[in-house]
Amino acid sequence: MRQTFDEMSSSDGTVRPAYETLSQWLSNVPQDVLAHRRKEAEFIFRRIGITFAVYGEQNAQERLIPFDIVPRILTKEEWVQLSKGLEQRVKALNHYIHDVYSKREILKAGKIPEELVYKNPAFRPEMNGQRVPHDLYVHIAGIDIVRTDPSTFYVLEDNARTPSGVSYMLENREIMLRLFPELFSMYKVAPVENYADDLLATLRSLSPHSGHEPNVVILTPGIYNSAYYEHSFLADKLGVDLVEGRDLFVKDAVVYMRTTEGPKRVDVIYRRLDDDFLDPLAFRRDSVLGVPGLMSAYQAGNVTLTNAVGTGVADDKAVYSYMPEIIKFYLGEEPILPNVPTWRCREPDHLKYVLEHLPELVVKEVHGSGGYGMLVGPTADKAQIEAFRAKVSATPDNFIAQPTLALSTCPTLVEQGVAPRHVDLRPFILSGSDKVRIVPGGLTRVAMKEGSLVVNSSQGGGTKDTWVLDV
Amino acid sequence: MLSRTADNLYWLTRYVERADCLARILDVSQRLAYTPVTYGGSTNEWGSAVLSAGCADLYTNRYGPLEEATEENVVSFLAFEAENASSIRNCFEVARTNARSVRTALTSEMWDVINSAWIELRNFPNRPLTRDELARFLAFVKETSLRFDGATFRTMLRNDAYWFARSGVQLERADNTARILDVKYHVLLPEKEHVGGPLDYFQWTSILRSVSALTAFHWVYRDSVKPWLVADLLILNRQMPRSLAACYDSLARNLDDIAGAYGRQGPSQRLGRSMLARLTNRSIEDIFQTGLHEFISEFISDNNKLGAEITEQYLT
Repeated sequence: MRQTFDEMSSSDGTVRPAYETLSQWLSNVPQDVLAHRRKEAEFIFRRIGITFAVYGEQNAQERLIPFDIVPRILTKEEWVQLSKGLEQRVKALNHYIHDVYSKREILKAGKIPEELVYKNPAFRPEMNGQRVPHDLYVHIAGIDIVRTDPSTFYVLEDNARTPSGVSYMLENREIMLRLFPELFSMYKVAPVENYADDLLATLRSLSPHSGHEPNVVILTPGIYNSAYYEHSFLADKLGVDLVEGRDLFVKDAVVYMRTTEGPKRVDVIYRRLDDDFLDPLAFRRDSVLGVPGLMSAYQAGNVTLTNAVGTGVADDKAVYSYMPEIIKFYLGEEPILPNVPTWRCREPDHLKYVLEHLPELVVKEVHGSGGYGMLVGPTADKAQIEAFRAKVSATPDNFIAQPTLALSTCPTLVEQGVAPRHVDLRPFILSGSDKVRIVPGGLTRVAMKEGSLVVNSSQGGGTKDTWVLDV
Repeated sequence: MLSRTADNLYWLTRYVERADCLARILDVSQRLAYTPVTYGGSTNEWGSAVLSAGCADLYTNRYGPLEEATEENVVSFLAFEAENASSIRNCFEVARTNARSVRTALTSEMWDVINSAWIELRNFPNRPLTRDELARFLAFVKETSLRFDGATFRTMLRNDAYWFARSGVQLERADNTARILDVKYHVLLPEKEHVGGPLDYFQWTSILRSVSALTAFHWVYRDSVKPWLVADLLILNRQMPRSLAACYDSLARNLDDIAGAYGRQGPSQRLGRSMLARLTNRSIEDIFQTGLHEFISEFISDNNKLGAEITEQYLT
């Protein structure tokens, strides 16, 4: 394993220029003051009710994600490189999904194995030949990025269904502005608060009709969903109604919401509900969260769903390994952001390599998410490794493997003081009919445990404010 | 606005108001229960607290006859019990669940009051409270409803959401005042039949206290406490914010505001106005003549009917 790259200090202890002021400030502020501010932050988060739920935990209906008060800093140059790469990636994803549901040129060209499309559980035959406004499918994407050295940002994962976390990006900044105004006077930090306006502009641009002001709503599964706070937060920031399935109904292939003044037509639905639950008439029949007939209205072109139905066909970990080819195929460009080298266990020679090197690798389920169902070889014990060997051998198609990356670290306030902890980054990319919008920043997730590489909130990870410097 | 949002707001404010009312009933019952019997204190004061709270059936099922109600049982039943859907604890729980469902319709100040109260509620121990703790608890409940009302008044946009929220408060408040009157109507006698004497004095003042109106009484009537004036204050006097007339004054206006904004009148506006008319230009003697008890019973039933009309017209 290579030496870990720390974003603040190089291995000889010199502080990188962007972090100089912060580093000095950290050494000047007494530890107990930092600890006190962290408590204050936690208090504010609880008061505001920024909580999430961990499925399968008793009495944990509402938990706080640990918030780390030490910001993570990216320079303007780093961000420019990142945002170009992100835009490129999301454009390629949109082309790919459009192709998969129309001419399938990439399959004809033999660039991608057909089973990755047809046997993909997220493939929606209902979408074959279905036109969507402006041929855009992924309007809101969250691309997970990890860093291993000064110049390399890898894409770790594409989230093209209903990526969450943007409320933390926005609230973390609000809290930092409240708790550490002095730091913001020392740095020029690019703002993120225009995200809500950007999102609304994006959603409006996707309306199926021109002529009248589109009625945009956010569709939530309800207060028991783990990301409910975020749904209500966004509805509030956008000034649009937060609806549940039972608030909507479909008549003559038009979607309406039930209001105190009678039915009101709905044009754009930013749904935070998986495909499976959208419409009991089209998908899972036991879904009580969805809206009967929604797909018929969608297919008639009377309502826009964001993201489109069937985008999951592009964001599992098996398709991920083909993203460099996908980018080249549709855009004729080299990927700006590299993929992490990936072994597809579905291919016999890859499988052989993976089984021989399990203790060094990270093994992931193709359709897994949230840090569940994965093996981190170097920190696993014998029994865990053998259990994975059995699973991978039994269903190799379900797994991919990657080298254990030395994720970069950032200074983080922990019990013992400020110490380096591993981080990743999820920026949010908005694709409207007019343009692509990315606010400078994203959600930095941090593994609070020393040495841990798992940053998922469901596994005890925390978050940080992410600063993109404007100079 | 979404019907579900309006419904949640309307019930959210009702539950906060109900919690406040229960806290005041408990407060007054405690005071009266400690008053020596020779000064009008009565042995079944805790039973009438349960009656005023409107959950006698559930109580008797769980604890037996009201005549044998004890302080410990009633306090725990009305304040904390999970099985009592209208206990103060449950009112706050439901209020917070509703608030979470309609966060976008609340201002951050309103949410903060509800969420903080819900967090604070967990700091009260899960055992019978000491007198001091109970006093602190009741003060906290009343404080919460004051802060919530204040936050609503000061921060909400004056639109349909506000009017639905306020309608919930007024409807619940009218119901509470009416139920307190219903339990105590037998001590509220008209001028000519005034035979109570000093023993009833503590009953009258306790009625006033349970709607926070003792001081107001003196300012309005500049007289010693008389039963028919107590009835007048709580039923017909529009200066008194918890009187039935004042509640309906606001309620009818809120409903008219909604109808105005939507450009359409309906059954709830008509019923609201007819009930307001019943409380306007009448004297308390008039009401005594037709029977106070009958008047109040009818009011409670019509008030419920109005709640059903509002639900039918807007909230489903």
